Amino acid sequence: MKCGESDLSSLLGDYSRRDFLKVCTASAVYMGLGESFGPQVAEAAANAAKRPPVIWLSAQECTGCTETLLRTGHPTLETLILDLISLEYHETLNAGSGHQAEEFRAHSIEENKGKFILVVDGAIPVKDGGIYCKIAGRTALEILEETAPQAAAVIAIGSCASWGGVPAAEPNPTGATPVHKILEGKGIAIINIPGCPPNPYNFLSTVLYYVTLNKLPELDDKLRPKFAYGRLIHENCERRAHFDAGRFAEQFGDEGHRKGYCLYKLGCKGPETYNNCSTLRFNDIGVWPVNTGHPCFGCSEGGVGFSTPLHSPAQLHHITPPAWFPSATPEKGKGASALAAAVAGAAVGAGIVAAGMNLGKKDHEEDEES
Amino acid sequence: MAINRRDFLKVSAGSGLLLASNTSPAVAAPKPLPPEAVGILYDATLCIGCKSCMVNCKKFNSMPGGALYREGGDIPYEHITPEEIYDAPTELSDKTLNIIKAYKSESADGSDADMERYSYIKNHCLHCIDPACASVCPVGALIKDPNDGVVSYDQDKCIGCRYCQIACPFGIPKFEWQETSPKIVKCQLCHHRYKEGNYSACCEYCPTGASIFGKVADLREEAKRRLTLSPGSKYEFPVQTVDSGNRQFKEVGNYLEQIYGMTEAGGTQYLFMSGVPFDKLGFNPNITDQAYPDLTWGYIKKVPVLIVALLIAGAASHVITRRDNLSDSK
Repeated sequence: MKCGESDLSSLLGDYSRRDFLKVCTASAVYMGLGESFGPQVAEAAANAAKRPPVIWLSAQECTGCTETLLRTGHPTLETLILDLISLEYHETLNAGSGHQAEEFRAHSIEENKGKFILVVDGAIPVKDGGIYCKIAGRTALEILEETAPQAAAVIAIGSCASWGGVPAAEPNPTGATPVHKILEGKGIAIINIPGCPPNPYNFLSTVLYYVTLNKLPELDDKLRPKFAYGRLIHENCERRAHFDAGRFAEQFGDEGHRKGYCLYKLGCKGPETYNNCSTLRFNDIGVWPVNTGHPCFGCSEGGVGFSTPLHSPAQLHHITPPAWFPSATPEKGKGASALAAAVAGAAVGAGIVAAGMNLGKKDHEEDEES
Repeated sequence: MAINRRDFLKVSAGSGLLLASNTSPAVAAPKPLPPEAVGILYDATLCIGCKSCMVNCKKFNSMPGGALYREGGDIPYEHITPEEIYDAPTELSDKTLNIIKAYKSESADGSDADMERYSYIKNHCLHCIDPACASVCPVGALIKDPNDGVVSYDQDKCIGCRYCQIACPFGIPKFEWQETSPKIVKCQLCHHRYKEGNYSACCEYCPTGASIFGKVADLREEAKRRLTLSPGSKYEFPVQTVDSGNRQFKEVGNYLEQIYGMTEAGGTQYLFMSGVPFDKLGFNPNITDQAYPDLTWGYIKKVPVLIVALLIAGAASHVITRRDNLSDSK
């Protein structure tokens, strides 16, 4: 089915076709699918029998993940939730509240069974039966366990839902547990979009990927989509050149810090954290913690952010020296080969013979002259 | 006493053979460590290749007393550009006392499984317990401190013969070829910084504890302790100095059962630990446990005897030939 002008304009309302295609193309390129995928993404988003329903559950969270979505510029939040997806339930963005909202959630789950995307932000407390987080009189654990099996896929957004994050920091008084641990072994497709907060485009692209291709993007061993979490922050960091040249900020505010040197010694976790902050950045104006002068604290890496001290040096697991490092065992010439030696020997021999003959001739000539 | 030329030559050749025959270069017992010997332990499994040591080495050795100091000179970068940007040197030179090199296995293709096959190695003077450079120096410009064992250089004594360059099995001393009054340049373990209570800049600025400074006895103990740890377990690695309070919990790497410098070349005050065989990290596999000065000591120690013997023989032959000449002229 082709994505015609008229279909789109009827679907998009005052959101122009051009703008819509732009968003979809940007998402496609960003997901690594190539520009030609743009129209397909647009088609999928616009022509889905219904916009993909999304139910957003919140547990032990700070609403930072919602805040990050509120700050997206392309598309803006209203485009996202009104045109690209159908946000059925979200505690912060719900139009209704109380019983009305809860009723709508139950209704939507029933209606979209097996089709909706479940987004969870916040860790799930499990200690004492999960009483430390309740919504509408029921524990978050109960709600998640009931809702997740009916979803097409579960997206755990934010570090709390992915690894436990702030609520799970030692000594973890509420037994805060990441979503994938609770749903482990239940055969439910789970994607982690960690970050504190995660980049909204990582979330949006994952949703659109699913809507377009009807399958999950390729995930790494920590269930993160590889298109976003495939590389270490350190690898594409703007301060990387300083690291490679051995120039470091030794403390906050010193000369090196003011000159924009590498923040490794201040505890930057970029060398052990997989994310795309250093290339995608935030707020559509190209900012991210490292370019404001603060080291990365490893929020999107389980066992790093919220688990290790903020300013302790990162533990590097893999070292990959840049190509310009001098080699420990430089290549050496092998010396003259046997053939070259033979040739040289022959030449010398021939030279001697020739010289001898010449001399002899000269002697002879001189003899004749005298 | 009449002695003809033929007999004289016979005797000289015979005594020469005698001198040479009993000089088998037997492996002598290794020299003991100087009492307060200081050194560096470099652990390649902790090194992240940040080159912080190289940068700070240049910086602190360009200060008065440092090995790179020249009156009125700046920090000697490898290539001075208008902005004086740092340019990565590829080898030790008269401007680089300390260099981080990388090893990459031939089969490494960059995949995760291959990551283990990378290693860094830090090269600088090893401060041998029995240094070849000092033993060959004809004027004593290179001296091993009898107390802390640092092999340091005295520009005022040096005659520029560069024997030390040829003698050093590790290729450490470098010569200022482009200077009008050149000197030999090598790491002196930041000897000039000890008075103020500081220590080697490379260790002070190493963020991971890959290079730590300390008494060699303590460093050897620390290195041996690391070999007893099981790979993957956590260990509190000291940072900066071996006895510092600054420690970092880290995973223990896969160590080779060898601490380079314990016995190599008669023992060095700079010790290496690694997960990659040392010959792949650029160490000459021909270097044995024998201290280099021992190789020639058998001959060298006979030089005074030889000189005295030659003087006596010369005097004797002079007396004899003079007497003969006198009797002939009569």
